[in-house]
Amino acid sequence: MPTIRWARRLDRGRFFAPAVVGILLLAGCGSKPAGPPTGPGGTKAEAPVLNVYNWSDYIAPDTISRFEKETGIKVNYDVYDTNEVLETKLLTGHSGYDVVVPSAFFLERQAREGVFLPLDRSKLPNYHNLDEKLLARLTANDPDNRYGVPYMWQATGIGYNVDKVKAALGGDVPLDSWALVFDPKYAAKLKDCGITFLDSPPEVLDSAQIYLGIDPNSERLEDLAAAEELVKKVRPYVRYFHSSQYINDLANGEVCVSVAYTGDALQARDRAKESANGVNIAFLVPKEGAVFEVDMMAIPADAPHPDNAHRFLNYIMRPEVVAEISTYKKYPSGNAAAIAFLPPSVRDDPAVYPPPDVVARFKDHRAESLTYTRYENRAWTRIRTGR
Amino acid sequence: MSTSGVRVSWLAGLNLGRRLVLGVPYVWLALFFLVPLLIVFGISFSTPKIAMPPIEPLFTYGADKVLQFRLYLSNYTFIAQDSLYLAAFANSVKIALVSTLLALLLGYPMAYGIARAPKSWRSVLFLLVVLPFFTSFLLRVYAWIGLLSRSGPINALLLKLGIIHEPLVMLQTDFAVYLGMVYSYLPFMVLPLYSAIEKLDPSLLEAAADLGCRPTKAFFRVTLPLTSEGILAGCLLVFIPSVGEYVIPAVLGGPGTLMIGRVLWEEFFNNRDWPLASSVAVLLLLLLVGFIVVLQRVQSREAASE
Repeated sequence: MPTIRWARRLDRGRFFAPAVVGILLLAGCGSKPAGPPTGPGGTKAEAPVLNVYNWSDYIAPDTISRFEKETGIKVNYDVYDTNEVLETKLLTGHSGYDVVVPSAFFLERQAREGVFLPLDRSKLPNYHNLDEKLLARLTANDPDNRYGVPYMWQATGIGYNVDKVKAALGGDVPLDSWALVFDPKYAAKLKDCGITFLDSPPEVLDSAQIYLGIDPNSERLEDLAAAEELVKKVRPYVRYFHSSQYINDLANGEVCVSVAYTGDALQARDRAKESANGVNIAFLVPKEGAVFEVDMMAIPADAPHPDNAHRFLNYIMRPEVVAEISTYKKYPSGNAAAIAFLPPSVRDDPAVYPPPDVVARFKDHRAESLTYTRYENRAWTRIRTGR
Repeated sequence: MSTSGVRVSWLAGLNLGRRLVLGVPYVWLALFFLVPLLIVFGISFSTPKIAMPPIEPLFTYGADKVLQFRLYLSNYTFIAQDSLYLAAFANSVKIALVSTLLALLLGYPMAYGIARAPKSWRSVLFLLVVLPFFTSFLLRVYAWIGLLSRSGPINALLLKLGIIHEPLVMLQTDFAVYLGMVYSYLPFMVLPLYSAIEKLDPSLLEAAADLGCRPTKAFFRVTLPLTSEGILAGCLLVFIPSVGEYVIPAVLGGPGTLMIGRVLWEEFFNNRDWPLASSVAVLLLLLLVGFIVVLQRVQSREAASE
C-alpha cells in the first residue's frame, strides 16, 4: 500500500506530530446532538434536562433561557432546516429529543407510524389559548389534535425586491400571481437580478400545481408531470435552490425574487430595513393560492424526558411567550390569546397576520405516500440537474 | 523451532505483549469499520418499509417456526435502470479527477519549495500548510461563500480595479466546487509530496547536470520518478475523499452539480430509502476499492521494473 509506506516515511520526519494533531482536529470537527442518558424511566422524577429539536432561526433569543431560569431544566437546543432530516432522525428511533417541530403534513404520516407520544392535556393547562379554528383545520392532519400543538404557521409565497422587480419588468408587473416565477416571460427578465426557489420538492411542485389549477394533494403522476414541466421551463432562470440562504440574499440585494416562506421573507424585509441599505422587500400571497403550512410541536414516543417536554409545550403556549417569538420572527402563531400581546406593528401587519380572504386561499397540505415522495424527488432531481 | 524446519505462523512467533499491541488496531478496524460496513451491505439488500427503522428485516422468524431470509436485489437493478446514478458516479469521478490533478499541479511546487527551503524556514512553512486544520472544515468551506459572493471582496476588488464591470457569478457554480475541493484537500497532497521530495538526494541532480542533462529534463527523468510514490499517495488522499464529497458541492455547488454524495444524501433523507442509499454507498465503496487496486498494481509493476 502506498499510503502505508508513506506513513512509515512520515514517521521519520520531524513533522509527524503536527500532522497527527492536524488530522485529529479534522476528525474532531463533527458534532453530535446532545443526547444525555435516558433518565430513570416510568414515574420517577426526570433529570432536569430537555432536548429540543427545532427549525433553525425559529425562536426568540431569550425564550429558552427564561424557561431554564424558571424551571431549572437545562435545555439542549438543536436545529435542522428540512422536514426530511427530522423525519430521518425520528424514524431511526432513539433520537434522544423530547420536543420536535415537524410540519403538520409530516407529522401526519409520522404519527401513523407511531413516532409520537399522545399529548397529556392534563399537563397542558394553557391549551385553551390555542386558536380553535386552526385546531379544527388541523384535525385533517392530526385527528383529535392528538399529537401536535400548533407552533407557528405560514404560507409559501413570493418574497421580492420591489424596486428591482419593477425595474426589470417595467410596467408589466404581475405582483399578485405565481406567474412572476412560473411564467418564463417574467422569469427570463428577472434572471439577472436573481431568482431563487426553496429546495423543497413538495412546496415548489405544489405551488406550481396551484398555479396550474391542479389540486396539490392529488398523487396523480400526470399532475406531477405537469408541475415538473412548468418548473423545468423556468429552471434556466433560477439561480439556486435553497431553503434559507435567500433570507440574507434578499436582504442585501444579492437576489430579487424568492419562492419563500412568509416569515423568512419578512425577516429579509426587516434586516434590509435595519441595515438601511435601500433594499425594499415585500411578500405576496399569489391570487391562485398558496401552500399552507403549520409547524407542530410534538413529543417523540421514546422521548427521555416527556414530563419536561409537556412543561415546555405548556410554557410555549403562554400567550406572552409565544407572542414574543411571533414579534421576533414575524411568524403568526397558532395561539389566539397571544394576539393581545403583540405590538401593533406585528398584529396589524397584513403580511404577518393575513386578512381572512387571504387565509381562505391557503391550501392545506396532506401527507404523501412514500412512493409518491420518491416520484416527487426524482422529478425534483431532473429539474435541478437536468438528469 | 526453526531448526526443526516447521513453519510456524508469524503470530506464534510473537510474544503475548506484541500480539496484544498488534491486535488492537485489528479489533478496532473490525468493530468500527467491518461491522458497520456489513450492516450497510445487509441493508442494501432490504426494502423500505413504513416503520422504525424504516426497513424490512432480512431475517424473519414467524410463529410458524420458519426462519425466512429474504434478499431484495431490486435496489441494484433500480440503480442500473435509472441513468441518474451512473451520471452521478461519472460526474463525481470527473470532478474528483480534475480536483486531484489541480491539487497536484499546485501542490508539487509548494512541496518542492518547502523541501528546498532553508532548514530554519521549513517548519514554519510546514506549519502554514497544516494551519487550516486548526479550524473546522465546514467553517473553512463556509468562508468561501463570503469570499465568492456577488458583493464579496473578490468581486469588489476586481470591480475597483476595473477588470470587470459586472460582479462575477462564482458561487453555486462548478468553479466554486473545484475551488473548494482543491483548497480543502491541498494539504493532503502537499504532505506526502513533501516527505518524498525531502528524501530526494540533491547529489543525484548534480550528477545529472554533470552528465549534461538540462534541469527540465532532469526534473522529468530524475525528480519525478523518484517522487512517484509521494505523488501516488497524495493523489489517493485527495481523490478518495473527493469522490464521495458531500459538504463542498452542497455548500458551494449549484443546483446542477450532480455528485454521488448528494444523491446518497437524498436517497437517505428525502426519499427515506435506506436500502437504496446503502446500495449506492456499497457501489461507491467498490468503485474506490477498484481504483486503489488498480493504482497499487501500477505501483508494484513500477517497483518490479526498477
